[in-house]
Amino acid sequence: MSDATLNTSRAAGTQGPDKQAAAMGETGKPVAFRGGGFAPRSPKWVGVAVFVVLIAIAEWGTRTGWISALTLPRPSDVLATFQELYQSGMLFKHLGPSLARLAVGALIGVSVGVSVGVLIGLFSYVRAGLVPLVAAIFPIPKIALLPLFVIWFGIGEGSKYALIAFGTFTPTVVATYGAVDNVDRTLIRMGQSFGLSWWSIVRKIVLPGAMPGILSGLRISLAIAIILLVAAEMLGAEYGIGAYILQAGSLYDLERLFAGVVILSVLGVVTSTVIGLIERRVLGWRT
Amino acid sequence: MDIKLEAIGHSYDGVRVMRDITLDIPDGRIVCIVGPSGCGKSTLLRFIGGLERPMEGRVVQMGEAPEGCLNPLTYIFQDFALLPWRSVAGNISLVLEDHGIKGAKAKAIIDDVLARTKLSDFAQALPKQLSGGMKQRVAIARALAVNPAVMLMDEPLSALDSQTRELLMDDLVSLWSRQPFTAVYVTHNLNEAVRLGHKIVVLSRRPGQIREVVEIDKPLDQRQFGDADLDEKQKYLWQLMREEARAADAELLNV
Ligand SMILES: Nc1ncnc2c1ncn2[C@@H]1O[C@H](COP(=O)(O)OP(=O)(O)O)[C@@H](O)[C@H]1O
Ligand SMILES: [Mg+2]
Repeated sequence: MSDATLNTSRAAGTQGPDKQAAAMGETGKPVAFRGGGFAPRSPKWVGVAVFVVLIAIAEWGTRTGWISALTLPRPSDVLATFQELYQSGMLFKHLGPSLARLAVGALIGVSVGVSVGVLIGLFSYVRAGLVPLVAAIFPIPKIALLPLFVIWFGIGEGSKYALIAFGTFTPTVVATYGAVDNVDRTLIRMGQSFGLSWWSIVRKIVLPGAMPGILSGLRISLAIAIILLVAAEMLGAEYGIGAYILQAGSLYDLERLFAGVVILSVLGVVTSTVIGLIERRVLGWRT
Repeated sequence: MDIKLEAIGHSYDGVRVMRDITLDIPDGRIVCIVGPSGCGKSTLLRFIGGLERPMEGRVVQMGEAPEGCLNPLTYIFQDFALLPWRSVAGNISLVLEDHGIKGAKAKAIIDDVLARTKLSDFAQALPKQLSGGMKQRVAIARALAVNPAVMLMDEPLSALDSQTRELLMDDLVSLWSRQPFTAVYVTHNLNEAVRLGHKIVVLSRRPGQIREVVEIDKPLDQRQFGDADLDEKQKYLWQLMREEARAADAELLNV
């Protein structure tokens, strides 16, 4: 039936509108491209360009008076403040204790978090007991607990470590047990079928398999650690980036406030880059 | 070492998947298990290897595993189950480490099994760099490394294209001819069954029961692609399975 109509139309093709179709068939038309996209890569310079453009706009705006000095400090003034901070040696006096607090606090929080997360991922009773507890403490703004930590751990470094550790603990736990849950079960079966010990399976199959999830959780945890650093230095800290920012804030010294904020941002970029490097080294096996 | 299955039966959540399976797996032979999908082939293999316990009956091992056998019952999985973060050599060393085999001794074993599976040039490659056929050869090499008494293979060639499958079947035959191993080979591919099986067990649809056991006496290394007598056996097996497969297919729809 359809063959017949095809034949007649071809026979009629010598005259009438079909001539046009035949002509087009000869020259051909390229198939329209509709693939591509959905595969973002990140050329390095774009990120830098965004920063440069934003800062240039702020500089230009504050110089022309389009942005008033009370709204936003002039970037060049912030830079000058920063230079002063560096030359007076105060930069490292502030940075040193802050980095120590970050390192100790995050180390405690992350290592306890990973351990608890792995236990939740492996044992039914631990999971049943701790998942609701973690869900209960996750949404508590940890800053609200600072006075409690001061009572428990003293006004010195202890309370600061505790706050940062506690803040990094919960997101690490959640990321870790999710990652352990996602480890390919056939690999674990394989380990059992070759008679590997329980500890070998955890060390050689579960942990490496959970590593991608743990590392992406680490990104979030470390960002939270930096946020909490400022909070931790609200009480009883003479030196520290957080203390410096809070001081500047209470005096409405916007240049110093921004200099401090920039330091925190740089800290964030640095940790994220370091994790990126670790990921590239440790997770090279991913397809 | 022989394996005996004695009246194995099992249900999952009240659904009977297997009934009264009694079977001998003689030393040095390949027993193929065929059956429609969902008839319990993988489950049966998990029982044989001790990864799961049957509700009824038992799996018995007759005699001791031979000397130097690190893991008597060793699996080869359909999806290879290689650790993606370990190299080819690392994946094999994984199963030796727990037996305290390290260093030069481990290297000797790894080199030997890689040579037997023609993978010597790829010892340092990561799984993501390998083709499907090579991945399965790595899995076979890993199984050989522990010197198994019985190899338990669950559709080992089903994830591969048909050309690669032919090549790997030849590899398996030559491995077996050089040093006969005992194997339970689960497949839904009847061609694989007639090429590799000394004994072919046909299971019915769920609940899986033994419908028939077909023996093929022709030596493995004389079986060729397209042999008339093998085709005859394959046709016969297909006749046995046809109705079961059709019914099983229809059953899955109204589960
Ligand atoms: N762990 C399990 N829990 C519940 N049902 C299962 C489980 N494993 C297998 N089954 C069921 O048992 C039946 C047999 O499964 P399986 O042994 O995988 O079949 P085959 O490998 O022959 O295709 C199927 O109906 C499957 O749904
Ligand atoms: Mg199966």
